[in-house]
Amino acid sequence: MEIVLALAIGALTASGLWLLLRPRTFQVVLGLSLLSYAVNLFILAAGRLRTDAPPIVGRDGPVDPSLYADPVPQALVLTAIVISFATTALLLVVLLASRGLTGTDHVDGEEGDQ
Amino acid sequence: MSGWMQHLTIAPIVLPLAVSAFLLAFDERRRTLKRIMSLGTLAALIAIATLLLWQVTDGFGLSPASAPYVYLLGNWPAPFGIVLVADRLSALMLLLSSLLGFTALFYAMARWDRSGPRFHVLFLLLIAGINGAFLTGDIFNLFVFFEVLLAASYGLLLHGSGAERTSASLHYIAINIATSLLFLIGVAMIYAATGTLNMADLAERIPAVPPGDLPLLEGGAAILGTAFLVKSGIWPLSFWLSRTYTAAAPPVAALFAIMTKVGIYIVLRLSSLLFGATSGGAAGFADNWLIWAGFATMLFGTIGILSARTLTRVAGHYVLVSSGTLLAAIGIGGQALMAALLFYLVSSTLAVAALYLIIEPVTRNADEEDRIAGIAEPVFDDEYTGALEENEDEVGIVIPGTIAILGGGFIFCTLLLAGLPPLSGFIAKFAIIDALFRHAAITPTSWLLIALIICSGLATLIGLTRAGIDLLWTPAEDSPPRLSVIEVAPIGLLLATCLALMIYAGPVFLYMETAAGALGDPSAYIEAVRGTPPITKAAP
Repeated sequence: MEIVLALAIGALTASGLWLLLRPRTFQVVLGLSLLSYAVNLFILAAGRLRTDAPPIVGRDGPVDPSLYADPVPQALVLTAIVISFATTALLLVVLLASRGLTGTDHVDGEEGDQ
Repeated sequence: MSGWMQHLTIAPIVLPLAVSAFLLAFDERRRTLKRIMSLGTLAALIAIATLLLWQVTDGFGLSPASAPYVYLLGNWPAPFGIVLVADRLSALMLLLSSLLGFTALFYAMARWDRSGPRFHVLFLLLIAGINGAFLTGDIFNLFVFFEVLLAASYGLLLHGSGAERTSASLHYIAINIATSLLFLIGVAMIYAATGTLNMADLAERIPAVPPGDLPLLEGGAAILGTAFLVKSGIWPLSFWLSRTYTAAAPPVAALFAIMTKVGIYIVLRLSSLLFGATSGGAAGFADNWLIWAGFATMLFGTIGILSARTLTRVAGHYVLVSSGTLLAAIGIGGQALMAALLFYLVSSTLAVAALYLIIEPVTRNADEEDRIAGIAEPVFDDEYTGALEENEDEVGIVIPGTIAILGGGFIFCTLLLAGLPPLSGFIAKFAIIDALFRHAAITPTSWLLIALIICSGLATLIGLTRAGIDLLWTPAEDSPPRLSVIEVAPIGLLLATCLALMIYAGPVFLYMETAAGALGDPSAYIEAVRGTPPITKAAP
């Protein structure tokens, strides 16, 4: 399972980074989204991978913590997802404003030398 | 401490946040209400920051014994819950941010807050984020507060609209989202290596990290550090800064002057807590990197100042120079140097903010001149007032001799930034050089830092004098720019604060030395965080 997750993170990061360096604003937005997926998976992996282990402890008495998954990275991921979603939405608005004001979707607001 | 005073630590975050949300409910036409509310909030923040300063120093006493004040959110004990920590350094930074916020907002009332919607809401949100970053005691909340301040800064940068601002914002937002992702990667790696995110808990656990996990920890810290260094504008990650700050409206740029210092503050805090002398295998991590990157930043900033064609560019590059100086000094370390760099941080932040505020009135005159020379004689004088000034209800008191006031303020700024005697800029630079000489062995790096400090001061002097002669000294044929009291007062307040820093340099330095002492030996901070018990309810 580790190798699958690692490959997924790697593929997402690589394609995100490539898109981030492209000249069109929409590609940049997509690149940032892919990168943020990669980072979210990475945070989840930082809490060690477990299957079939709940992160929330029940109310009935003392429990064995080794049976449970680490809840902290999951909470972090939730926060990170919300924040990256919001900032991506904001970036999309700026993208549209930039397209409207400059008439091009190039990141510099003007077409570079071909 | 009891009663409402207990909750004072959280007030710098909650108050601007609440007022910001409250103001959102009102229409943009209720401008007076918005202005009074936001200005009142910032005045209250200055009072709160002063009160906190009073608390952490036991009534402005200078004994180093006073412990930092810890606020447990939700009453959870430290490593499990979230903590806010107000120590000398955070109280100082809070006061600085409130003062800067107050002056920038006051200045914005001249006309800038009318050039777009929801200026006050975003402004207060930015202040809440900055204050949160200064107070927080764990790394993940630092991320959250960084995002709050960044989200607000995106909106403020776009304030006033226009193609240049939008395009600069696009770069700024893309860079900062990418940086935030680096931040998260760093946080995740540190968590993977240590299993905690609380700064004090981290400081306790890092010496016990097995050598096998050390690369993971150091890699995480390096990635995390890169995120802060991008924010503080280190070379070669600083090319966005000058353009962004130039595109921003002047009051926004003045407030942005402290945003680079947020990055510096975090580097200072984390390098003290996590990689101080007691941190075992990870001690002194990355110091050399900081020194050399700081030098490169100073060099880049100095060249930038000399090659800049507009004053805002000069100011932008000066921000880089001051970041570089601070980072190189953090890398070299030592208590006397830390005290000097804290003084330099305060002085240079205030001076750069004042420069950003004064640039606009100074160059407003020049724009008219250029236009008159370039196009034709004016038919009506009205035509040559700036596009933003078209509001007819503006009541600007025309002060005779505006050039004298502007010129005086400009010279004041120049002296402060270049570090010429007798102002606080000189004291700060002198203290840094003095501290370097007091080190046991004066290494070539110390000499290089001294040389760069002096060269960058000279470059600043040349750059600003050239601009000053061009804009203020040469007699202008047309009438001097209209200048309202609303614009002059905040500049005066900032410069007066610098003057006060100069006059009371002695006590201020004692404060900085105790703050630097606490940074050098973070045991009091760690004990305060770990030792604060949750509040138990009094029996009924």
